[in-house]
Amino acid sequence: MSTTAVPPKKTNRIGLEIAAYKGGKTTLCAGCGHNSVSERLVECFFEMGIEPWSVAKFSGIGCSSKSPAYFLGMAHGFNSVHGRAPSVATGALVANRNLLGVTVSGDGDTASIGIGQFVHMLRRNVRQIYIIENNGVYGLTKGQFSATADIGSKLKTGVVNDLPPIDCCLQAIHLGATLVARSFSGDKRQLQAILKAAIAHRGLSVIDVISPCVTFNDHEGSTKSYSYMKEHGEPLHELDFIPACEDIAVEIAEGEIREVEMHGGARLRLKKVGRDYDPTDKLNAVRALAEAEKEGHVLTGILYVDTSRPDFVELLNLVDEPLATLPESKVRPPREALDQIMDELR
Amino acid sequence: MSTIEVSAASSQPTRTDSHVTNDFSIQVATVNGSGSQTANTVLMRALFQMGIPVSGKNLFPSNIAGLPTWFTIRASKHGYIGRKKEIDFLVAMNPETAQEDVRKLEPGAAVVYDEPLKLNTVRSDLHFYPVPFDRLVGPVCPEARLRKLVRNMIYDGVVAQLLGIDMEEMRTALYKQFGPRKAKAAELNWNAVKAGYDFAAANLVKTDRYRVERMNATAGKIIIEGNAAIALGCVFAGVTVVSWYPITPSSSVIEALTTYLRRFRIDKETGKATFAVIQAEDELASIGMVIGASWAGARAMTATSGPGISLMAEFTGLGYYAEVPAVIVNVQRVGPSTGLPTRTMQGDILSTAVLSHGDTKHPILFPSSPVECFTMMISAFDLAEYFQTPVFVFSDLDLGMNNWMSDPFPYPTEPINRGKVLTAEDLDRLGGFARYKDVDGDGVGYRTLPGTRHPKAAYFTRGSGHNENAGYSEREDDYMNNMDRLAHKFEAMRSRVPAPYVDIDQRAHVGIICAGTSRYAVEESRDQLRDEYGLQTSYLRLKAYPFTPQLSEFIRRHERVYVVDQNRDGQLLQLMRLELDPDEIAKLRSVRYYGGLPLDARTVTAEIAAQEGF
Ligand SMILES: Cc1ncc(C[n+]2csc(CCOP(=O)(O)OP(=O)(O)O)c2C)c(N)n1
Ligand code: SF4
Ligand SMILES: [Mg+2]
Repeated sequence: MSTTAVPPKKTNRIGLEIAAYKGGKTTLCAGCGHNSVSERLVECFFEMGIEPWSVAKFSGIGCSSKSPAYFLGMAHGFNSVHGRAPSVATGALVANRNLLGVTVSGDGDTASIGIGQFVHMLRRNVRQIYIIENNGVYGLTKGQFSATADIGSKLKTGVVNDLPPIDCCLQAIHLGATLVARSFSGDKRQLQAILKAAIAHRGLSVIDVISPCVTFNDHEGSTKSYSYMKEHGEPLHELDFIPACEDIAVEIAEGEIREVEMHGGARLRLKKVGRDYDPTDKLNAVRALAEAEKEGHVLTGILYVDTSRPDFVELLNLVDEPLATLPESKVRPPREALDQIMDELR
Repeated sequence: MSTIEVSAASSQPTRTDSHVTNDFSIQVATVNGSGSQTANTVLMRALFQMGIPVSGKNLFPSNIAGLPTWFTIRASKHGYIGRKKEIDFLVAMNPETAQEDVRKLEPGAAVVYDEPLKLNTVRSDLHFYPVPFDRLVGPVCPEARLRKLVRNMIYDGVVAQLLGIDMEEMRTALYKQFGPRKAKAAELNWNAVKAGYDFAAANLVKTDRYRVERMNATAGKIIIEGNAAIALGCVFAGVTVVSWYPITPSSSVIEALTTYLRRFRIDKETGKATFAVIQAEDELASIGMVIGASWAGARAMTATSGPGISLMAEFTGLGYYAEVPAVIVNVQRVGPSTGLPTRTMQGDILSTAVLSHGDTKHPILFPSSPVECFTMMISAFDLAEYFQTPVFVFSDLDLGMNNWMSDPFPYPTEPINRGKVLTAEDLDRLGGFARYKDVDGDGVGYRTLPGTRHPKAAYFTRGSGHNENAGYSEREDDYMNNMDRLAHKFEAMRSRVPAPYVDIDQRAHVGIICAGTSRYAVEESRDQLRDEYGLQTSYLRLKAYPFTPQLSEFIRRHERVYVVDQNRDGQLLQLMRLELDPDEIAKLRSVRYYGGLPLDARTVTAEIAAQEGF
C-alpha cells in the first residue's frame, strides 16, 4: 500500500460509488443501534468491492428485521415472517449458490420465536452472514422481554424477568457456525473488521451485535445499554482485515499477533489485548464466554473461526450453476427415461 | 347372519354351480409388521398379469408392528377399482380379529384360515378352507426366524389354487417383487407358494363361487402408488429444490422422489446433483425453504399432510401476499389434530382454500389417479410460477399409499413455463420495472430473480403493506389496489387451471359432483343407480379450485345436484356456497362419508337413493 497521502477514493475496485450501497431512509428511532449496523454494512460492502446485486438480504420481523431496507438497495431483499428468516435464506441460497446472503435478525426474532430455525441453520453451516442485532428486548412490540433479556430486569408493569438469557454465540459455537463473533454497534472499527471477515468467510458467520434500543432498554442497569458496553465490553483482540489483494508486511513482536487465513487469500489479523486468545479452539471459546459472563464482562471480537468445515451447498453436492436457472434440458429427463420407468412398472 | 344350528363338521353350505368370475374382493387379515405386504402384492400382480382389472387397498394401523391390518384386493371385470364394501374371500391370519372378520362377511363368502383358529365353528353359511400353516411352513423354511414371513406366502398358493390363478403368473409376480438381487429369497418364498398350492390341490374341496379367468383388460397398464406418481411428476416438471418433514401418508412422495432424482438428475459429466432435497426441522422450515428457493427462482416443492398444512399457514399467507410461488402437496389423512393418521379423508379443502389470516385464496388441484398425479404436478409448478403464488395439490392416503392400476404417463408436450421473469437484458431494454404492476391485465406482475446482474433488478419483498413498486406502504389506496389485483389474479386462474371432467346424460335431472378419489365410488354408483333404480345421472368431477365456468353450467342444467364429500362437514359443497349464486346453491345436496376408509359405491348409492326417495 502506498504511504503517500491520496485523496479519499470515490469509487471502489469495481468502480461503484458508496451511493450504490445505500438503502432507503431508515425509519428506526434516532440513536437506535441497528442504524449503526446498517451503516457498517454499507461501508464494508463498498470497501470490499462486492457487486451489490450478488447479495441477497433476509430478515424476520422486528425493528432490526426492518433494516435490510436501509442498506444495499441494489440487492434483492426479503423481509419474511417472525423468526423464520433462516429457512427462507437457506432455500434461496441453495437455489442460487452464487448469492451472498446477509440476514439481519433481532434477539426476539432469533432467540425467542426463531430459536428452532436458528439452531438448525447452525447445524447446516449455510454460507451467509447472520447478524443478530441484540438489544435484549422486543423493540417493535414496545419493550417486552426477549430470550436475551437480563435476568432480574423489570417491565413498566412490574413484571420481573426470572429466566436466564440465551447466549446465541455459545449456541453458534456449539452447534456448527464456522465464524462466530460478538461486537457492539458503537465499536465502528471492530464491527467493520468482523463484517469484512464474514464477507470473506465461506460458511455461516453468526455475529451477535449488542445494539442498544434507546427507547426501551438503554437504561441504567441494562447490559444492552451504550454505557454498559462502554464500561464492560472487553475486546479480545484488535482486529484487522487484510483483503487478498493487499500485501502488508509489518514487523511485530512474536506472540502479539495471530493470523487467520480466510477463503480466497484474505487474512484476519488479531492483535493481542491483554491475554492470548486462540479463536480456533472451540473449548477455549466456550470457557472464555462462561468466565466473562460470571465476571460481568462482554467479550467482543472473533470468538471462534473454522475455515475447514464444508458449507451446506458443498454437502449437497450441487452442480456449479445455480439450481434456480438451470435450463429445461438439465432438469427434465428425456422421454426415454419415462419410458424406462413405465416399463419397470408394468 | 345364519341362525340355523348345524354341527361344525358339516358347516359348509352346499356347492353352488353359478360361478362368479373376475368380480370379487379378497381380504387378507394379518398383523402389522408380519411382512404380508409382499404376499399381497404378488397376489394382486398375478391377477393384473392375467389381464383382470384389479385394485389393492391397505388398511393399516398407526403402529410399526403388532396391530391388525387388512389388505383388500378387488378384481373387477367391469373395471371398477374403488373399494368394495362386501368381502367375498377372506384370508384370516390374525387370531385377534379373525372372529369379528368372519362375522362381518355376507353369506356365501369364502374363508381361508389358520386351522387352529377353528373359524368354521363361528358360522355355517360360509365356505371354510382350513390350512395348517405352521405344519406347512416347516419343511419349506428350515430357518425358524424367517418362518413368520414365509408363512404368508403359503396363503398365496392356497388362494391361487382355489381361485384358479395361473401359477406361472404368480411366479413371475413373485420374482419381479423380489428383484434379481434377492433371487435366493425369491426361491424360498416361491417354494412356500407351491406348498400352499399343493396342499390346497390335495386337501381342499372348492365349494365357493369365486374364480378367475384370463382377460385382456390390463395390457400396457402399469401399477403404481399415487405418491410415486406425484414424485415422477415433480421429476418431469423439473423440480430443483425439495424441502420436507416426514409425516404419514406423504413421506413416500419424497422418498420416491429422492430415489428418482438420484437416478435421473445427477449430471453425468460432473457427478453433481441438479437438485437439493432437504429434510427440514419442521414444516415451518420446509415451507420457508420452499418460499425462499422459489423466490430465488428454483422450482421448489414440499409434501405434507394435515398437521403440516396447519403449520404452513403463516408462510402460505406470505407467499400469497408477497407473490412467491410454492408447490405444496397435501396427501390428506383423517383430522382434526392427529386424527387417524393412517386413514383417508378429504378434510382439508375448506381450511386450505383460505389458509392463513387476512383475505387469502389459494388454488388447489385435485388429482384422482396416478396419471393425474403426474400431469397435475407439472401443471402445479407451471401455475405456481406463472401466477406467483402457492399452489396446493390435494391427494389423499387412498390415492397416495395404495397401488393403482394405471395407464402409462404421457411425456409432457409443453415446455416448462417459468412465468414472468425479467432478465438483465430485459431490464436494459425496459429501463426498469414495477414489481407489482398489472402490465398484462391478468393481475400478474413481472419479477426479477436475486443475483440478476443489473442495477435496476432489485426489489424488496415483504409481507407488510406495499405499493406497485414494492415500496413499504400503509396507504389505504395502495392496500386496496393491491388486494383487488390479487383478487383479479385469482379470477384469471379460472381459465388456466385444469377444467373438470364432465359427462352429461341428456335424460338426467340429477347430477353428481365430486373431486379426487371419490370418483371411483361415484362412477360405480352411477351404474348402480341406473341398473338398480333406473336413475340416470350426469357427472362432473372437479379437478381444481378456483372453480371454472363448467361448474355453474352443470348445476344449472340439473334439478338436483349431489356433491360427494369425504368429510363430515361437506367441505367441497361449502366451498361452492362461497362462490355460486343462490339459485345454484339451492340445488345442491350433500353426500358425505367420513369413516376413514376409501369411499365405496354402496355408500354413495344408498345415500342418493334415500334422498331421491327410493
Ligand atoms: C408470529 C408473530 N408473532 C408476533 C409478532 C409480533 N412481533 C413483531 S416484532 C416482535 C419482536 C421483535 O423483537 P426483536 O426480534 O428483538 O427485534 P427488535 O424490534 O428488538 O429489533 C414481535 C413479538 C409477529 N410479527 N409475528
Ligand atoms: S424501538 Fe428500540 S429497537 Fe426499535 S427502532 Fe427504536 S430504538 Fe431501535
Ligand atoms: Mg430485540
